[in-house]
Amino acid sequence: MELNDRDLNLISALCGGLALDSRPYYVLGRAIGMDENEVVERLRALRQAGIIRRLGVIVRHHELGYKANAMVVWDVPDDEIAEIGRRLGACPEVSLCYRRPRRLPGWPYCLFTMIHGRDRAEVEASLAALAMREGVSHYPHEALFSTRRFKQCGARYIPKTAAE
Amino acid sequence: MAQLDAIDRHLLDDFQHDFPLDPRPYAAMAKRLGIAESEVLSRLERLRQKGTVSRVGAVIRPHAVGHSTLAAMAVPPDWLEHVAEMVSGYAEVNHNYQRDHRLNLWFVVAATGRDEVQAVLDDIARRTGLDVLDLPMVEQFHIDLGFGLRWN
Repeated sequence: MELNDRDLNLISALCGGLALDSRPYYVLGRAIGMDENEVVERLRALRQAGIIRRLGVIVRHHELGYKANAMVVWDVPDDEIAEIGRRLGACPEVSLCYRRPRRLPGWPYCLFTMIHGRDRAEVEASLAALAMREGVSHYPHEALFSTRRFKQCGARYIPKTAAE
Repeated sequence: MAQLDAIDRHLLDDFQHDFPLDPRPYAAMAKRLGIAESEVLSRLERLRQKGTVSRVGAVIRPHAVGHSTLAAMAVPPDWLEHVAEMVSGYAEVNHNYQRDHRLNLWFVVAATGRDEVQAVLDDIARRTGLDVLDLPMVEQFHIDLGFGLRWN
């Protein structure tokens, strides 16, 4: 799907979230000169094309009692990254699974997974179970627990047209 | 957690994905839950004020619009508070966490393009005199199903 300026404006306007108003698409459109119907139809198209991965209520894990999260990073051989990535990405314990570049020396890890739990012990137990079950415990890995959240909000992509 | 009733849980759990593309989406939610539209709105407002709900909105596919990266820094502990505050001050930074590792500050930078993201990383490196590790996503393996809530 080819995105035009109207799509980009819409995505940018949506970054702050939909209004808690009876007609949120009308409110959103009014801010960017788009009628309610066009907002709805464009959002539908963007969702169908997978540009919008999901549209809905976005919850915060921490406030729901999932106080612990670890970014677990893995150093696996290049030719196994895709296969192991797909397997770990499909695990119920894992909420995100990305391949990222190694930065040698010092950062050999190429696969990043996120594991949430009510506390640190629960995350550690999930990780141990997952590593055993998927046969990946022998690969070098580290669990980086978050100890403080300084900022968390939706990404704001500011289109060139709006920024200039 | 204790203050959430069954309707709150449905609001949090059932609409993470297929939010109604209906001119009155909250009314459509209300109908499914058997409550009034005004109650859906007041409950969501309360959940947002409590911080349980970040927003009703969209998760955009990485790199579909603009560019983003995950960045990491090893900040001397005494400076961490100050550097973290500086990093959070950029509108392009949307997540910023301390993690218990030598690389103790992790944040996501998102902007219109690669150059704009790079400019933020360069600026942070220049202002702090510290290295900023740039770890952009190369491939995504998980399917984003939102957050399945295990209530019991």
